[in-house]
Amino acid sequence: MRPFGYERAESAVAAARRAADTGATFIGGGTNLVDLMKLGVMTPERLVDVSRLPNRDIADADDGGLAIGAAATNTALANDPRVRERFRVLSLALLSGATPQIRNKATVGGNLLQRTRCPYFYEVGLPCNKRAPGSGCGARFGRSRDAAVLGTSEHCIAAHPSDMAVAMVALDARLGVRGGDGDLRWLDVDALHRLPGDRPDREHDLAPGDLIETVRLPPPPPGRHVYTKVRDRASYAFALVSVAVVLAVEDGVVTSARVALGGVAPKPWRARAVEAALTGARATWRAFCAAAEAELAPARGHGDNDFKIPLARRAIAGTLAEAAGIAPEVPTGGRRATP
Amino acid sequence: MSDTPQTTPREGGRAAIGDAVPRVDGPKKVTGRAPYTADHRLDEAPLIGWIVPSRAGRARVDAVDTARALDVPGVVAVLTHRNAPKQAPRGTPSDAGRFSQSHALLAAPEVACYGEPVALVLAETLEAAREAAGLVEVALTPLPGRYAVTGDEPDEALEVPDDVDGGMPADMSHGDFDLAWEKAEVRVDATYETLAEHASAMEPHATLATWDGEELVVRVAIQIVGSAVEALANTLRLDKEKVRVISPFIGGGFGSKLGIHDDAVLASLGAIATDRPVRVVQTRRDLFSSAPHRGCSTQRVRLGASRDGRLLAVAHESVMPMARGYEFAEPCAASARASYACDGILTRHRVVRADLPRIDSMRGPGEAVGSLAFESAVDELARALERDPVAFRLANVAETEPISGKPFASFDLRRCLEVGAERYGWSRRAERGRRDGRWLLGHGVASATRPNFLMEAKARVRLEDDGRAVAELDMTDIGTGSYTILSQIVADTLELPLDRVEVRLGDSRYPQTAGSGGSFGAASAGGALLSACRRLRGQLRAGGGREAEGHIEPGEDFEKYAQYMTGAHFVEVGVDEVTSEVRVRRAVGAFSFGRVLNPTTARSQLYGGMVFGIGGALTEGLHLDERVGAYMNRDLAGYHLPTERDVPALEVVMIGERDDRCGLLGSKGVGELGLCGLGAAIANAVYDACGARVRRFPLTPDAVMAARAAW
Repeated sequence: MRPFGYERAESAVAAARRAADTGATFIGGGTNLVDLMKLGVMTPERLVDVSRLPNRDIADADDGGLAIGAAATNTALANDPRVRERFRVLSLALLSGATPQIRNKATVGGNLLQRTRCPYFYEVGLPCNKRAPGSGCGARFGRSRDAAVLGTSEHCIAAHPSDMAVAMVALDARLGVRGGDGDLRWLDVDALHRLPGDRPDREHDLAPGDLIETVRLPPPPPGRHVYTKVRDRASYAFALVSVAVVLAVEDGVVTSARVALGGVAPKPWRARAVEAALTGARATWRAFCAAAEAELAPARGHGDNDFKIPLARRAIAGTLAEAAGIAPEVPTGGRRATP
Repeated sequence: MSDTPQTTPREGGRAAIGDAVPRVDGPKKVTGRAPYTADHRLDEAPLIGWIVPSRAGRARVDAVDTARALDVPGVVAVLTHRNAPKQAPRGTPSDAGRFSQSHALLAAPEVACYGEPVALVLAETLEAAREAAGLVEVALTPLPGRYAVTGDEPDEALEVPDDVDGGMPADMSHGDFDLAWEKAEVRVDATYETLAEHASAMEPHATLATWDGEELVVRVAIQIVGSAVEALANTLRLDKEKVRVISPFIGGGFGSKLGIHDDAVLASLGAIATDRPVRVVQTRRDLFSSAPHRGCSTQRVRLGASRDGRLLAVAHESVMPMARGYEFAEPCAASARASYACDGILTRHRVVRADLPRIDSMRGPGEAVGSLAFESAVDELARALERDPVAFRLANVAETEPISGKPFASFDLRRCLEVGAERYGWSRRAERGRRDGRWLLGHGVASATRPNFLMEAKARVRLEDDGRAVAELDMTDIGTGSYTILSQIVADTLELPLDRVEVRLGDSRYPQTAGSGGSFGAASAGGALLSACRRLRGQLRAGGGREAEGHIEPGEDFEKYAQYMTGAHFVEVGVDEVTSEVRVRRAVGAFSFGRVLNPTTARSQLYGGMVFGIGGALTEGLHLDERVGAYMNRDLAGYHLPTERDVPALEVVMIGERDDRCGLLGSKGVGELGLCGLGAAIANAVYDACGARVRRFPLTPDAVMAARAAW
C-alpha cells in the first residue's frame, strides 16, 4: 500500500476544482476504494474526501421526481419513504446489496463508480487489462464465473457489480456532474459507463475533477416494481444475475416496461430489446420468455459463466411474471410424490 | 436423556460434569480481556513482519531486489532466501508426522505453490512494512506444475496414499463387493464432485515471536501446542527445550491451525535475524493461499440392494489432490465403512500430487465431503427402490462395524434416526405442502457417523494455599469451550465452587496433551485432568502432597471395539422455481456422542457444525485458476460462508449416554459431528423439492439449474 495525501473538501465546487488541479481521486464511503488501495490495485497519490459534503439530502423535485444528493448513503436512500413508495425498485435493489454496515458507509456517487469484482482485477500478480492495460485478460480463459455475457470485448469481460445502478438505469436517472470549472452538466445514468472495447481501463467519460454531485429521478414510470437478485447466498453476495422491472399491464396488455439487468454486463444494462418486444404485447409467460430471448441473443459465455445466459432468461421472465401477477410456467420435472 | 441438563446453579457455586455451565471465559471474551495472539503486548514494541507472496505457481526465484524496500523509512530488514537464518529442509524429519516436520520458508530460490512467501519485510510500523512489501521486486521463472485435479487422471497419475487421516489404510474392503454387486437387483452408480474449501477461521493466523539469543518464545494461534514446539525446533534446528509456544486464546481453527503455519516460521526467522520481537499477522487474502485447506474431490459411489430393500453392496472411491511435499489424504469413504450392514464393501482413496497450497485436515475430514456423496447415493438408492429414505436407512443400520466386523462400543444411529424423525415430524411432512409461493419445498434426511478418537494426554492440578485449585495442561481452547468443561471437571472432582478453579491452557511448559483436533480434545485432555484430580483427591485424603499429575491413553477398548459418534439430519429446503436458488428452511439433528460434558457448549458445537455443513453444501468453494494454481476468490466477499440469512432456526437433540469404553470420562467427540451428513440431507431435500439430483457441490443456482429439467 502506497502513502497518499488526504484532504476534505468544503463544497462540491471546491472538491471538483481541487481534484481537477491535482489529479486527486474522490473518496466517498471508501467501501471499495480502500480495499483496492490496500491491495495495490488502485494507487492514488491524493484523495479528496467528498463523503461529508452537504449534498446528502433527498428532496422532492419540481417535476414530481426526486433529487438525491450523491453523498447520501445507500441506507438513507433505500429507507427514504418516497423511494420506498414511489421508486420501490430502487429501494429493493439497494437493500439487496452488500450488508447493512457497508450500506451505512457507501454513498450514492461511490456506488455508481464502484469497480468490478472480477478476481483478476484484484490479483495484482495476474494479467488484467482494466488494472494494467496491455497485460491481457486473465478471466477470458480463466475463472469467469462472475464475468459478463453481454457487451464484453476480447480485452475485458468484467461485470459491473452494482445493484443500485441497475435500478437507476431502469428509472432513467440523470446525473448532475460538477466539473473542475465549477459548471454543472447533466448526463443520463445509462451514458455514464462505457463498454470496455479496447480500453477497459476507461470505465466512464468523466474527466479528472468531474464530481457526481446529484442524481435526479424523473417521476416514476407506471406499473409494479420488482427487483430480482440471483446470488450464491442469501445476503452479502454480488448478483449472478439481477433484474429490475417496472411493468404496467392494462387489460392483459403491457403498456409500459422498464427493464434493466445487473451481473451480466460491464455496465448496468438497460434491456431495451425486452422493452421493445413487450410494449403493446400481451402479458403472457410465453411473451416474457421470448422477450428475454431477444435481449440475450447476442450474449456469449466464457465457460464458467455460460450458465448466466439461461439463468438470465429465467430471471427476466420470472421477474416480469411477478410484476404482471401471472404464474411462471416452469416444469418441475421429476418431482415425485412423497413415498 | 441428557438434553434436560442441570441449568440452575448448584448450591455454593458448585458445578458438576454434565451441567450446562456458561462459558467461564465468556465475560473475558466479550469485554476484550481475552488476549488473542495479535493482541498481546510486550514491553518492547515488536517489529511488524509483512509477507511478500509469490505471484506464480511452481517457480524458480531468479532475483529478489530489496533495495527500494529497504529505503522506506522504518524498514529494518527484508528477509529472503539469501539472508534468512538457516533451516532444516522442509519436511524433515520425514518420520515425525506432518505436524512436527520442518516447515522451512525462504530457504531456497524456489516456490512450491502460488502465494508462497518469497520475502518478509520487517519494519517499525505496519504502514512501513506494507509499503515496502509493495516495493520488493521478485523475478520468477514459472516451472511446469500440475494444478488441476479432475478425477479423470490416467492411472499412472493416481497414487495410493500411505494411509488416510485418522491412520486407516487407503484401501479397505470386507466381504466380496463384486459378488454382492452382481447379486444386487437395484443399483446406483453415481459420481459426485466437490470444490476445494477453506476453513476461514475468524481470527487470522498470527504469531508474535521473541528471541533472546538462546530461547525462542512463540505466541501463536495454534490448535496443538506440543507438535508446534517440535516443528519449530525441527525447522530452526533448535533444542526443543529452547522453544516455548504460548496460545491461550484462539479464534477458531477448523483444522487450519493444527500445524504451524507461515507466520510462525517467518516471525521466528525475523526475531532470530534481528534480535527484536516480531509480529506477523497474515492477511485474509494471504491466508486463502497459505493456510491449509480441503482439496477438491471426485467420488464414485456404487450401491446395490435387493428388491426388498436390503443393502448388499457398497463401494466408495475418491480422487483428491495431495499437495506435493505434504502427506495428507482425506478419508472420504469413512462413512461408507461405518454406517450400514451389507455383504460386500470396497473403499479406495487415491491422490494426485499437485503443486497447490497445503492440503490438510479441515473440520470433519472425510465425512464432510465423503458423506455428501455417500448419503446422497443412499438416498438415490432408496428412491430407486421406492422406499422411504428413513425407513430404508433404519432397515440397514449396521450392527457391527461393516468394514471390520468388530463390535461397536456403542452405535446409536438407529435411535438418532428415530428420535430425529419424530422431532422433525418426518411422517407428517406432507402436511407442510409442496410449495410456498415461488418456493418448491422438499425434505431430506441423512445419517451421520464420525470415528471417536482418544489421544494420549497429561495434566497437572495443584491446590494452592488459598484453597484454589489450579490446573495446567497444554490443551487449547479454539472457541469450543475447553476452559469451561475442564473447569467443571476440576470443580466436580475436587468439590470446589467454579470460581475457586483456575484452568491454565496453551503453554508448552504445561503437561502435554494432543491439543484440539479430530474431536478428541475434550475426552483426551479432560480424561487426563480427571485422572489428575482423582489422584489429588486421594492424596489429600491420605494427607499427601497438594499437586498431582494425571495421564490418559487409549486402552484396549479402542482395539476391541469400533468407536463412533452418530447422528441423523432432517432438513426442509425451498428451491426457487425460477432461479434455482436453494434456502434451508428448517434443520433438525439428533446426535449421540457418549456422555455430554456440558450441554451448552456441546449444543454450540453442534450448531456450529450444522452451519459449517450448510456452507459446504450450498455456498463454499474455491475457484482455481488452473494455469497458475491460484485460488481466485480469496476474500470473504468471494468465498461464500453462510450468512445469518442462510441459516434457519436449528434444532439439536442430544441423546447419548455415558460409554465407559470411550475413556475415563465416558464421552466422545462432538466438534465435527454436527456437519457430517448435513449437506447430503440438503441435497436430498433439493431432489425432493424439484426432482433434480445435483451431484456437484456446492449447490449454487447454476449447479441446481443444470440438473433440473430444461426450459
